[in-house]
Amino acid sequence: MTPALIEALLFYLFAFMTLGAAGFVVRAANPVHSVLYLIFAFFNTAALFLLLGAEFLAMIQIIVYVGAVAVLFLFVVMMLNINFTEIRENLARYWVIGFLLGMVLLIELIAGISSYQYAPEAWRQAVANPIPGGVSNTEALGVLIYTDYIYAFQTAGLILLVAMIGAIVLTHRKRKGVKKQNITQQIRRTAKNAIEVKKIEPGEGV
Amino acid sequence: MSMIPNLAPALGEIILAIGAMALLIAAVVLKNLTVSKLNKASAMLILIALLPVLLWQGGTEVTFGGSFIQDGFAVFMKTIVMLAAAAALLMSSQYLKLKGIKALEFPILMVLATLGMMMMISASTLLSLYMGLELQSLSLYVLAAINRNRDRSIEAGLKYFVLGAVSSGILLYGISLVYGFTGTIVFADLAGLLAANSSNIGLIIGMVFILAGLAFKISAVPFHMWTPDVYEGAPTPVTAFFAAAPKVAAMALMMRVTITTFPALVGDWQMILTFLAVASMVLGAFAALVQTNIKRLMAYSSIGHIGYALVGLAAGTAAGVEGVLIYMAIYATMTLGTFACILSMRDDEGMTEKIADLAGLSRTRPALALALAIFMFSLAGIPTMAGFFGKWFVFKAAVDAGLYTLAVIGVVTSVVAAYYYLRIVKLMYFDEPAPDFAPVTDLPKRYIIAITAALNSPLSLVFIGLLVSAAVYAAGSFFPS
Repeated sequence: MTPALIEALLFYLFAFMTLGAAGFVVRAANPVHSVLYLIFAFFNTAALFLLLGAEFLAMIQIIVYVGAVAVLFLFVVMMLNINFTEIRENLARYWVIGFLLGMVLLIELIAGISSYQYAPEAWRQAVANPIPGGVSNTEALGVLIYTDYIYAFQTAGLILLVAMIGAIVLTHRKRKGVKKQNITQQIRRTAKNAIEVKKIEPGEGV
Repeated sequence: MSMIPNLAPALGEIILAIGAMALLIAAVVLKNLTVSKLNKASAMLILIALLPVLLWQGGTEVTFGGSFIQDGFAVFMKTIVMLAAAAALLMSSQYLKLKGIKALEFPILMVLATLGMMMMISASTLLSLYMGLELQSLSLYVLAAINRNRDRSIEAGLKYFVLGAVSSGILLYGISLVYGFTGTIVFADLAGLLAANSSNIGLIIGMVFILAGLAFKISAVPFHMWTPDVYEGAPTPVTAFFAAAPKVAAMALMMRVTITTFPALVGDWQMILTFLAVASMVLGAFAALVQTNIKRLMAYSSIGHIGYALVGLAAGTAAGVEGVLIYMAIYATMTLGTFACILSMRDDEGMTEKIADLAGLSRTRPALALALAIFMFSLAGIPTMAGFFGKWFVFKAAVDAGLYTLAVIGVVTSVVAAYYYLRIVKLMYFDEPAPDFAPVTDLPKRYIIAITAALNSPLSLVFIGLLVSAAVYAAGSFFPS
């Protein structure tokens, strides 16, 4: 077996597993199972990134998507009490209009995508898309992000800042009667004002 | 080649971004900081950031690897947005105090939203367009819900967020289609590519999706559903800000996308804009007739005004663009002035939003009544008022471009809309007085009402020449001669 064949086989293996897992995310009856299938799909896409030689993206995929996003999903799924009978009822009530809208979108997409044209030379360029020689993946990404795309990168930072401020403004409440740690008070506490010596007469109690 | 991009064109944005973070730290560190003080500081910050924008002499310059463009058009639009934001900040202090909103994040989110709008105006790739839009929208969602003890405010924020997220998704989908069919996201490259090649159905679908996403942000019919509820539910100073600044920024984006990016597809987007304009003008005129809440009335009024501005854009000519620029500038002053008056509607029971409470205002508060009457005449487009000139320039551009039907519908709906504006004037001058309003003690609000009223009154004849020459200069960056 040539290396190219092995690569193709691996690609099809991971690609089909991704698609299958994605299908199960939609079809699974239990939302927790959906999230678990989603995690499986994430792992497979990470493998696909590895096949492309994008090892940095593969690791980020696992750390960010599996480690953070999927866990958040699990939290949300377990905390929200999702009412399935209501969802099914709504589905039964609205399926005609939903079906019609879906068909319109499908026809639009077919019309749009069927007009897609490849320039004869574009294909070769896409395949030959090289990872810059002598530069690691991480470095190549860093060079792009901090030069050509610095503007978008910094704006994304500002958007995340706004999201953080927003979440705190809308949910943080000052509660009464909350006991907080006061370090200064703790340090200033000495044996003298912490311990009270009582003289108890025998047979009388406190 | 230097590694550091040319920062001079984006100096205003940089000052605002760093300033917003400094204010955020100040809000944490300084213990005796109140919202009114922070409002003043934020307004000062915006005015300081306005200086490098106003003093920009570099003509058209692109920086950050083609992501950011500073030109005459951007300077004009940014000036409107920043002045509107500063005014909205200054007139919000008293309202926040009365309603017990103590969140120090309020002015900071306003500053960050303004920053997002400036980025939208200066966007020159589809990526920077989207980033600016999201920064603005996300700040506005939070601002709409900032009075979180009131159900209406939360409802407004949630509604705005859900619908806004859907529209962002549509916009992003359009962007991905355009990128897929052309292989570029840079506006100038797109325009060049389209001029050299025949268009393609997939690309047109992408452009339609982008326009639909932007139409949501300017609340043009049929993407207007959120406007009345959000305007009514959000705290009034936030509504004032919503009505003035984001509309101007999103309109700027709409103009940049249609005129400079897709000039080759003019036939396609002209059709869409014509429909949006007609639908907005008609709905704005008729739906407002039955409103009893003045904030809802202003929501429908703003939908109608966006329709009029789109008439100029649909013309697609230099005169049309000038018309829209003039219209948006005048619209911002009219709206801010009206909202400053609404913020002064305060009787014994607190703030009121009922139109009926304005009855007989001319006898109890003659100055406020006069100012509000000027704004209503101007919004209705009565000749010699500023609002008339705005309509005059857009309709003239439409007629010159051969869009007679559009201009006629515009004039007819203006007449219908005049009914509900003049009804308020009638209510104030000829009806039996309702309970007295408290005097307008808040100084910034008094100044804002006085200045915007002067700008909209027949005195506007003095300023209009200046505005027109500024608009001609700004539109010149789209139509190099």
